[in-house]
Amino acid sequence: MIPPAFDYVAPKTLAEAIALLAQNPEAKVLAGGHSLIPLMKLRLASPALLVDINRLSELSYIREEGGWLKIGALTREVDLDESALVQQKYPLLADTTRVIADPLVRNMATVGGNLAHADPANDHPATMLAYGAQIVAAGPQGERVIPAEDFFLDAFQTALTHEEILTEIRIPAPRPGSGGAYMKVERKVGDFATAAVAAQITLDASGRIESAGIGLTNVGLTPIKATAAEAALKGQPPDEATLRRAAELAAEAAQPISDQRGSEEYKRSLVKTLTVRALRQAIARAQGGGSP
Amino acid sequence: MSMHHIRLTVNGVPREADVEARLLLVHFIREDLNLTGTHIGCDTTSCGACTVILNGKPVKSCTVFAVQADGGTLMTVEGLAQNGKLHPIQEGFWEKHGLQCGFCTPGMMMTAYAFLQKNPNPTEDDIRWAISGNLCRCTGYVNIVKAIQYAAEKMRA
Repeated sequence: MIPPAFDYVAPKTLAEAIALLAQNPEAKVLAGGHSLIPLMKLRLASPALLVDINRLSELSYIREEGGWLKIGALTREVDLDESALVQQKYPLLADTTRVIADPLVRNMATVGGNLAHADPANDHPATMLAYGAQIVAAGPQGERVIPAEDFFLDAFQTALTHEEILTEIRIPAPRPGSGGAYMKVERKVGDFATAAVAAQITLDASGRIESAGIGLTNVGLTPIKATAAEAALKGQPPDEATLRRAAELAAEAAQPISDQRGSEEYKRSLVKTLTVRALRQAIARAQGGGSP
Repeated sequence: MSMHHIRLTVNGVPREADVEARLLLVHFIREDLNLTGTHIGCDTTSCGACTVILNGKPVKSCTVFAVQADGGTLMTVEGLAQNGKLHPIQEGFWEKHGLQCGFCTPGMMMTAYAFLQKNPNPTEDDIRWAISGNLCRCTGYVNIVKAIQYAAEKMRA
């Protein structure tokens, strides 16, 4: 399949990339390209200009700074997967990156692209909601920081303006007693989630749940922050009854539709089961155990 | 129409060409460079038949534009054999009967090549994980895994 013709520029600086977007209302950013290029080949997208940001190597990094894990938007999934820091301290993120598409796609696919594309089936959005992450956007007027919960507006629509480029993701560095997990059901490797649940929790000194973040993937037009479930966990002991109550609330927050991946009822049931499993794993990890 | 002059190294040989921006890397490889070992399978980023190694990483060349490879290093299945001698990965597929129709084989071998550079002593699970983006519809994968194990052993020797 051949995409329609387009112009192509690979700017050397971020400022140049932003200027190109500002000058061209029909331009699109090309990062990993593994959502955009298939859409162009199917002629569902036909940008007049591709602004290829792959040469902006300054947008590729993973580092802790000032109480945040800062991830450059151009960081590839494979880089997250191979990062010792992510493996050790950010198990929810490590779980997530490992189930995105397949190993070959993960060599190209970027974290920023996974968020900016805002496909409701993408995996990082729910994870960023669970973490309470922030998204940094750079535009002609400079930088601004957008909380993940304000970022996803609708299917494939974000708070980014046309001339803004997502440059960085900031995840709060976990306090001691924190753990997380991502649980996804997919029909086969490389498929989008039938449903998936991201959970991040922190236990207080007495072992009770101090805070909880829960994000749901592909059961609505946007990723869903299961706020009622989060509230139900707060201050509670991490026992099975608490987890099940939270899972009921997460399933109520889901807005799945019946499609080729399953019925609405099935997906809601999946959310419930996956929430319990993700929370169990998150708690085990917070307590210093659980499988890595 | 947007034309671009690209320069890259392909299997160790410097190449250059004028390409349209929308030309996919896999078409550039097959039709401009006449290296037809790289196959087009699903053309939808699913099957991995078109896998090549771009700047050290295996990628699906149906989902990269040729212009993105400008200045880069590309290795295709034609780059595996050296001086008429099969690479241990090719030998493994031969010895362990790692193919039936052969359509997925070039992509499988390129993924295996990059994987064994990173992980020279893999478990069976590691191998199955590594090739999970490459589909084979004939073999059931058992002999492909054996072929890669054969290559790993031979390359470590």
